[in-house]
Formats: sequence, C-alpha cells, structure tokens
Amino acid sequence: MGGGLLEVRNLTIRFPAGRERASDTVPVAGVDLDLARGEILALVGESGSGKSLTGLALLGLVPHPGRIGSESRIRLEGQELTGLKGEALRAIRGRRIAMVFQDPLTSLTPVLTIGTQLREALTAHRKLPRAEARRRGQALLAEVGMPDPATGYDAYPHELSGGLRQRALIAIALAGEPELLIADEPTSALDVTIQAQILEMIDRLRANRGMAVLLITHDLGIVAGRADRVVVMYAGQIIERRATLALFRSPGHPYTRALLKAIPRLDTAALELTTIPGSVPHPGEWWTGCRFQPRCGEALARCATENPPAVPLAAQGMSRCWLPAEPEP
Amino acid sequence: MIGSLLDLLRNAWRHPSGRGGILILGVLALGALVAPPFLPHPAEMPDVVAGATAPSPNHPFGTDHLNRDVLARVMTGGRISLAVATLAVALSLTLGSLVGLVAGYAGGWADAILMRLVDGALAIPRLFVILLLLVVWERIPLAALILVLGTTGWFATSRLVRGEVLRLRHEGFVLAAQGLGAAPGRTILRHLLPNAAGPLLVAATLGVGDVILLEAGLSFLGLGIQPPTPSWGGMVLDARPLIVTAPWTALFPGIAIVTTVLAVNLIGDALQGALDPRSA
Repeated sequence: MGGGLLEVRNLTIRFPAGRERASDTVPVAGVDLDLARGEILALVGESGSGKSLTGLALLGLVPHPGRIGSESRIRLEGQELTGLKGEALRAIRGRRIAMVFQDPLTSLTPVLTIGTQLREALTAHRKLPRAEARRRGQALLAEVGMPDPATGYDAYPHELSGGLRQRALIAIALAGEPELLIADEPTSALDVTIQAQILEMIDRLRANRGMAVLLITHDLGIVAGRADRVVVMYAGQIIERRATLALFRSPGHPYTRALLKAIPRLDTAALELTTIPGSVPHPGEWWTGCRFQPRCGEALARCATENPPAVPLAAQGMSRCWLPAEPEP
Repeated sequence: MIGSLLDLLRNAWRHPSGRGGILILGVLALGALVAPPFLPHPAEMPDVVAGATAPSPNHPFGTDHLNRDVLARVMTGGRISLAVATLAVALSLTLGSLVGLVAGYAGGWADAILMRLVDGALAIPRLFVILLLLVVWERIPLAALILVLGTTGWFATSRLVRGEVLRLRHEGFVLAAQGLGAAPGRTILRHLLPNAAGPLLVAATLGVGDVILLEAGLSFLGLGIQPPTPSWGGMVLDARPLIVTAPWTALFPGIAIVTTVLAVNLIGDALQGALDPRSA
C-alpha cells in the first residue's frame, strides 16, 4: 500500500546464543507490515507467535538481549526507525507511536494517581502549565469514556475497576496525540461486555483522530467487524494477510481455517469446542519445512522439508501454503 | 519538596501509631527548637558549689553534678541530637538511593562493582569506621560528625533500593513509561523511586533511631558532641558517676533518647502502611 503511514520490511528479531541458549533464536522472522492512516490492522496469533514482540520492536523496546536484525526496515512516513537511539527514539515513542499494553493492572504505576501519569505523558514531549495539563488530562479521560473524569483524574489505579484502568491507560497513550496506536491485547484482561465497549471506543478514536491502529490479539472473534485487514502470524512468520471480510469468507491458510473453526459459535449444535492439537513450536526449534506442518490436517509430503513461499492472493492478500487457495466466492 | 513532605506527614497522621509518633516527636522538637531561650535556667552555666540537686519545683528534672538544670540541658541537647540524626539520615538516604538506583537500573558491570564495594563496606563494623574517622580531630566539628555518620550509614540502604529496582524494572509500568517516551532519569525518579519509597522510609526511620543511639554512644565515649555543649549521649556519660546518688541526671536524657527513637519508629510504621496506596 503506497503512501502509507508505517512500512515494515523483513522485520527479524534475534536473541543471540549465550549462556541460556546454544544457538540464536529468532522469534520474529521476516515480518512485513503496511499500515495506512486511519486504518485498523489486526495482528492475530497464538501465544508465542511473536506478535507482541513485533509490536515492541516498532517502539525499539525489544527486551534484552534481543536485537532487531540489520536486514530489517521500519519506516514511519519514510523515516527509518531501526537504529534510532536516545532522544531521537524517545521523540517517536508516545508522540508518534504509542502502545497500550495488555495488562491494565501492571501497566499503571501503582503509587501515582492517574492524573500524575497523564500529566507525565502530556509533558513528556512539550511544556504545559499544571492547570492546563489537568484540563487536557480530564478531557482525555472524558474522551475515553471515563464516567467521572475529575474523580478519575485524582484516583489511584487500584481505586478503579479493570475496565476503567484500561480506559485510563488508553487516555495516557493518547496524550502524545500519536499517529499510530499499538494495542497489545487491549481487552484480554477484561470481561466480554467491557471488551466490546473498549473496542468500540478504540474504533471511535480512530475515526475521530484519523489515527492508525495496530490491534494485536489472539482472538479472531474481536477482529471481525472492526479491523480493516488481518495479518495472521504463526511461529514468527506471517502466514496469511487478507482483508478482514475475505479472511472470514475464504481463509487461505489451513491454520487460519483451524483458528476460525476454534471460535465458539452459538448457532451450531456442537457441544464440544474445536481446538488445534499441539502448540506453537518454540523459537529455536524451527526446521526448514512449514512451521505449521506437524499440526496441519492437510499437510503434504513436501511440507515437512520445504517452507512454502508467500503466495499472493487477490487484493494484496497473501498466504504461505503449498496448497492452492480456495477461490473467493 | 516541602509539599510532598507535608503530604507524607498527613499520610502518617491518618494512622493511630503515626499520630502518636508525630505528637511525641513534635513535642520533643518544639521543646528543643523553641524553648531554650525562654528557660529560667541556662544550660551551660555551672555552679560547682551546689552539686547535683534532686528534682524540685524550681528544677523539675533536678540538676547535674555542676548544678546545671537538667530540663534545660535535655531541651538544648535535643537540638543537637535531632539535627545530627536528621541530617545524617538524609545524607545516607540520598547516597544509598543514588547508588542503589544506579546499580539496579544499569545492571551488569556497574552493578557488580558497586555492590561488591558495598559488600566490603558492610563487612567492617560501622562503629569501628566511625571511631577511626573521628580520632583525626581533637575537637570534632559538628559538620564532621554529621558527615561521618551519614557516609557510613548508606550501605544497607543501597542494597535495599537496588533490590527494589531489580524487582520493579521489569514491571509493566516501567515498559509502559518507556513506551511513552519517558527518559531514563524520569523513569527512575517517577516510577522506580516512588515504588521503592515504602521500604526506603522504613529504613530511614530505623536509621534515625540508629543514629541517635550512635551519636549518644559516641558522645558517651567522648568522641561525639564536645562539652560543654549538651547532647543526650554526653549527658548520660556525665551522669555515670552519679547514677546511684543522683539517678535523675541519667534518667531524663535516657528517656528523651528512648521516646525519640520510639516516636520515629511509630511514624515509620504508619508511613509504611500509608505509602503503599493498595494497603490503605
């Protein structure tokens, strides 16, 4: 997608061999992402697929001793982000790309009020008088649907419910007026009704602010109807990239098909939940064949030895599988 | 800074034990700071002829072997003892936090070197170091006493702070703060230090008790505050030969030492509860 906001090419994250590891581990291998302004891109995958690490890499927050490979390119409106350090990196964080972390319980500093933390985010990139910061902070809390912004501003995190904490966290992330919001499992710690409210709110913010959203989740159920496009990750690789509707109508990769089948449905008579047997192979234990092959019900002989290439599908779609894609209805 | 100190006091005030501690310490500090100029008897004017006299309406705490008013001396001595304790603890808290934060946040070599140095320093008894440092002076200046007490008291604090930082630095909120563009200094001062404040303040209050006792001990050995300036420890020293014939000369400064240490510990106890908003 030309003229987009974010362009990620061949993102590779390595944890070098050391005392704990005999050889390099590569939990993210050759990920490409494109994001346009005002777009919601969902990054879907199981635990251990490398999706959260991908999000952290965009902010230069890959945990020690992990490194972004020198072959990787992350461009924000043409500006190269890999290799940025210190002040230059901090000028991006919060100001242009902000992240909402998955656990609202631990992502807020417990000993500071919401207001203090909001004020800190507001003043991280520009000077503001205290009263003005307070006014703007409360306006942000109102924008994220905090029922009583004045009280919420002076509250400590433990005094708020999980849903309100997540709202506060999103308000803090919005303080720098980022162009890209990375939401890493923003609703995983919340119950279903609150989930829907938070997602609706994120969708509304995107529309009002023209902000791009990278929605990282393991739950395909929350992707439907909200994301414009979906990228499915498995074992550090993107295995399918599709427009949301196309993905749900005609999933290209057997893994995506299995994921879709695993969504519990109310309209079928099935009494047992469908699961995918096995689990994601651990990074470092990867082989030359398709990484999904051991768990795949449709695997061919060559899948065990040859990793399939990215096969282009209609409308900039992609699937990494030897099987021919099903035609779109 | 003053505002946050007032906040701290207000927090401690909410707990019964903190309220008690603040009241006791307030009376002692007020007595030490305000009262001396208004006392009917001077603290340093000796009258050898009369000798020690028992408590009476004229001298509620009695007089010492030089016939000096014990009440006046306890109050005036409180100035020195409280000032030495406060300043020395403030100094060791600052040093300890600084070293602990740097070691914990930087990790690696910086951490290893700093902590091995601290281990070494902890292996030497504090009193021994203080005695060694103090024999340099014939008459020990007050500033030197504070400096020596402060610079020998921060080793355990630095380990405490380092431990807290190690526990906290991988918490979600530290990552979140970094993700929002917070500089390392801001991350350390706003997110790590306040979260480590609980154990730090408890260490501080215990430190105040320690330093008061240590100063008393040093003065008792003749290495602390020099006569005729009154200090609580020095008064107990002077009272030693009279402990049987005139016990009030040792009793009142002793009570002052014990109540101060107790009050400070009560406040520390209350602060520990108050500073952790989750336990409120």
